[in-house]
Amino acid sequence: MLERDEDILQAAEEWKKAGHGVALATVVETWGSAPRPAGSNLVINDEGTFLGSVSGGCVEGAVVTEALDIIASGQPKLLEFGVADETAFNVGLSCGGTIRVFVEKVA
Amino acid sequence: MNLETLTQVNIERAARRPVFVVTDVSNGEQRMVKAADLAGDPLEAELRKQLRMGKSAMIEADGKKLFVNVYAPVARMVIIGAVHISQALAPMARSLGYDVTVVDPRTAFASPERFPDVRVVAEWPDVALPPLNVDHYTAFVAVTHDPKIDDPALLHAFERDCFYVGALGSRKTHAKRVDRLKAQGASDNDVAKIHAPIGLPIGAISPGEVAVAIMAQITAQLRLPKEGAS
Repeated sequence: MLERDEDILQAAEEWKKAGHGVALATVVETWGSAPRPAGSNLVINDEGTFLGSVSGGCVEGAVVTEALDIIASGQPKLLEFGVADETAFNVGLSCGGTIRVFVEKVA
Repeated sequence: MNLETLTQVNIERAARRPVFVVTDVSNGEQRMVKAADLAGDPLEAELRKQLRMGKSAMIEADGKKLFVNVYAPVARMVIIGAVHISQALAPMARSLGYDVTVVDPRTAFASPERFPDVRVVAEWPDVALPPLNVDHYTAFVAVTHDPKIDDPALLHAFERDCFYVGALGSRKTHAKRVDRLKAQGASDNDVAKIHAPIGLPIGAISPGEVAVAIMAQITAQLRLPKEGAS
C-alpha cells in the first residue's frame, strides 16, 4: 500500500522524537507537466531514509542530498529543478516540468 | 518546521480537521492555522479559497511570497454492498489513499475472505453507519441493488454532505429510487447529488471495469473545479 501524506508527516514526527535529524521537503511551485502537485511532501532523516515524493522519482536523489546538508546546517533552502537546468536534466526531470522545492529542517 | 507545529498538524489530521501551514519561503518563517481559527485570520479569505479548492499554492501578501500548504482530511470511501464490484473497487480505492469500509448486512457477502485487508461491517446501515462518522470528505457508493439496504444508507449520506454519492442502477431503477427517497424526506437537492447510473460512461462491463468507471468519477468529483467556485 502506498504511503499517504499523513503517514509521511507521522514518520517525520516519529523520527524526530526518536532523536534523528529530519528534513521536510515540500513542492511549493510547479510549471508545466510537473508530476507531483504543490504541497507534496518528502521527509528525509539523517540516515538518508526517505518517505513520500516531490516528483515522479526524477529529483528525489538530489533533494535527499541537499536535505542532508540542511539537517546539518539548519538553514532552509528553496531548490529549483527544470528542463532548462542542466542539473535537472542530469537528475532526470525530463518530463517537461519545472518545480520549486522548499527544504527545511524539523527543529 | 518545528516539532511542536508538526505534532499539532498530525493531531489535526488524525481528527480529520483541515489545517494550514503558511511558510515564507524566503526565510523559513512559518505558522500553522487550524480550520477552527480561520475567522479573523489576516489571510482568512485566501486560506478559505485554498481549502475550497483543496489546493496548496504560493500566494502574495504584504509583498511577501507565502506558501500555503493545505492539509485537508484523507478521503474515505464507504461502500454499501459487499458485492463483486466492491471486491474490485475496495482495493483500487485503497491504492489511491482512501480509507475504505464495506457495509452489508448479508453475512454471506460481507465476509473477510472476500475482502482481505478491508474493514467490513456486517450490519444494517442504521447500525453500521453512525459509528463511522461519515463526513464531507467521504465518497459514498451504494451498490447492493436492494432498496432495503441502499435507501437508508443514501439518506444518511445526504445528511452528512458527502462530496460524492453514487448508486448502482439503470435510469429506470434510479427514477423509482428518487421517488422512494423523496417520500422519505429527501430534497430535490439531495437526490440531484446522486450519480446514477453510477460511474463515468466508459462502456464498462466486468465488475473491475465498473469499479474503474466509479473510481474515475469520484476522482473527477474530488479534483475538477466545481461549477460556480472561484
